[in-house]
Amino acid sequence: MAITSIKNLKEFSTSNDRFEGAHLLCPGCAHSMIVRELMNCTDDNLVIGTNTGCLEVSTAVYPYTSWDTSWIHIGFENAATAVSGAEAMYKARKRKGTLKDPDAPVKFVAFGGDGSTYDIGFQWLSGAVERGHDFTYICLDNENYANTGGQRSSATPIGATTTTAQAGSHSYGKKERKKDMVAIMAAHGAPYVAQLAPNKWKTMAKGFQRALETEGPCFINTVSACCTEWKFDPKDTINITDLATDSLMFPVYEIIDGHELNILYRPKNVIPVEEYLAAQGRYKHLFKPENRHVIDQIQKDIDEKWEMLQRREEARI
Amino acid sequence: MAQKYDIKETEVWDGNYAASQALRQARVDVVAAYPITPSTPIVENYGNYVANGYVDGEFVMVESEHAAMSGCVGAAASGGRVATATSSQGFALMAEVLYQASGMRLPIVLTVVNRALASPLNVRGDHSDMYLGRDSGWIQIDAFNAEEAYDMTLCAFRIGEHLNVRLPVMVHQDGFITSHTAQNVHPLSDDDAYQFVGDYKGVDDMLDFSRPVTYGAQTEEDWHYEHKAKQHKALMDSRAVIDEIFEEYGKLTGRNYKRVESYMMEDAEVAIVALGTTVETCRVAAEELRAEGIKAGVVAPRCFRPFPFDNIREALKNVKAVACLDRSSPGGAMGALFNEVSAALYTTEARPLVTNFIYGLGGRDFSIKEAKRIFMEQKAHVDAGHITTPIQQFSGLRGPKLGFFETKRS
Repeated sequence: MAITSIKNLKEFSTSNDRFEGAHLLCPGCAHSMIVRELMNCTDDNLVIGTNTGCLEVSTAVYPYTSWDTSWIHIGFENAATAVSGAEAMYKARKRKGTLKDPDAPVKFVAFGGDGSTYDIGFQWLSGAVERGHDFTYICLDNENYANTGGQRSSATPIGATTTTAQAGSHSYGKKERKKDMVAIMAAHGAPYVAQLAPNKWKTMAKGFQRALETEGPCFINTVSACCTEWKFDPKDTINITDLATDSLMFPVYEIIDGHELNILYRPKNVIPVEEYLAAQGRYKHLFKPENRHVIDQIQKDIDEKWEMLQRREEARI
Repeated sequence: MAQKYDIKETEVWDGNYAASQALRQARVDVVAAYPITPSTPIVENYGNYVANGYVDGEFVMVESEHAAMSGCVGAAASGGRVATATSSQGFALMAEVLYQASGMRLPIVLTVVNRALASPLNVRGDHSDMYLGRDSGWIQIDAFNAEEAYDMTLCAFRIGEHLNVRLPVMVHQDGFITSHTAQNVHPLSDDDAYQFVGDYKGVDDMLDFSRPVTYGAQTEEDWHYEHKAKQHKALMDSRAVIDEIFEEYGKLTGRNYKRVESYMMEDAEVAIVALGTTVETCRVAAEELRAEGIKAGVVAPRCFRPFPFDNIREALKNVKAVACLDRSSPGGAMGALFNEVSAALYTTEARPLVTNFIYGLGGRDFSIKEAKRIFMEQKAHVDAGHITTPIQQFSGLRGPKLGFFETKRS
């Protein structure tokens, strides 16, 4: 049974301690906020798989663990498959009557960073969703390989500088646009797909609950601001996330059964993306005169995407 | 409850069918698999059992072999019996997860139908995949025919799941020669087979929420070494458990297996050490040579890992010349069997003459005639008192002879 009271942030953020505060994530990292929200939005037993990445290396360094629930990490790419296997075993053992507590509800969740979700683990995620396992996959999208020092991933936006797509005298940073993972997962026919952000914590908690309660594979892309690689002050994580959602760089929306799109957050005052970019060191070079066109391009892409989302929401198809 | 199969005392099964029947009889909870030649029929047969009510467990057909082993790891950490099958390229794709499965001490059973590794692409049998797995921390058991593929698969569950072992186990059989050749097999009934294998005993079960477990933690220079040493010790200590389970299986079936299978070795002067179906070829060759007065014998590691250093030494301590046959491209070294057997024999007083033959790559046929020639070459070394050929030779290769390293004599 999921907890029903998600009105009070203080109560919500302290309602469950299955994710211990003692971990090694950077101060200001949004990963732990997202993980705590997920674990606090349900009272059900949890089996959690985690791909290699910041979250994994920061929460399970022997002889310590931050996970007061069943947790498994295999490799960089295969948390979705590890959880598939666990879910299959749950079904088999339930049928055969070998579970210790057969009536207790169990939820299966996999976490991955954008590197493991958009790039190296893409096939494993796709396979698990196609097979229809009853699990929720949550991507902690900080738009780079932060665990290894900030290399480009296919989630890195155009114009951001990373160590492997650097801005320099001959480069404005990454040349390619970000992969639209939400659309790809919706196209799999997953019953629930969403993009959520921790600054909109009630919306996020509701989305998580919906995913956990939906039978079948669900995918959620979460915006996880990375002070270390995006280059901002750790105290500003939520402020940056506000700029991300208010500039519509990260629109907050869900897609049900692959087609029914709902916008979950509509900013009262949409801010120019320039404000979001200017708040982060990774976009600093875009403000040189020769790179202004990249900012214009990003704004144009955002406007077009927002228009498309609104039309799809209106069309209900 | 799954239906039972009507098993006859003697069945005509190929190696793949034998392995799939053993998986069914062990009542595996989760099979996560991906097809690849020549092991495909194992998962196809299993799929047939699933479709017709002979299986209660879950059958998860994933999108790659890497995912197959990943799914097996997740399932095995969730407190039930797990198995899969693969070959060659699929085995190579699994390699990353093989190490993770053994490091997490998960008793998964993997039936490996041995096949060459590309490039060039080749679907026929050799031992490249078996050798690729040799440092992966798995127990590796080798079956030389279809009946043994059945027997070893049942034994594998008992060995890997034993509370003093808790390690994954591979059961190898030769691609096509074993996997696709129908032979007489004497299986157990469903009830007797399951009684032998027994119920799965969960250890650190992710579905026991009264005691949360963390699988796949990180260790650096502070603890990694201790974990790997402990894992190696478990692998070495599994020798006693393997002996015990083989003995129990022998009492049940009359088929007595050993970690090293010795054939006509009591008074042997020359010996061949080999794996897979080649063992039976060499046994026939040895028998024929015995009729001609040559004291030939055959030694075969049933257990490739843990390598039976002690039993190999014991089996070969009285011979004068040994040929080690490696069915895998050695990649710029001596063959693995040669290296390991030589290391064991170096610790004996007699220190017999040891040579290495690379043979049968990509399914090249290995004949009784060639085995006899190799035995006779050993005899020539014995008569000369030294190795008269290059130490490493390629057997059955077309074109000019290929060999490396002469013995240096004063």
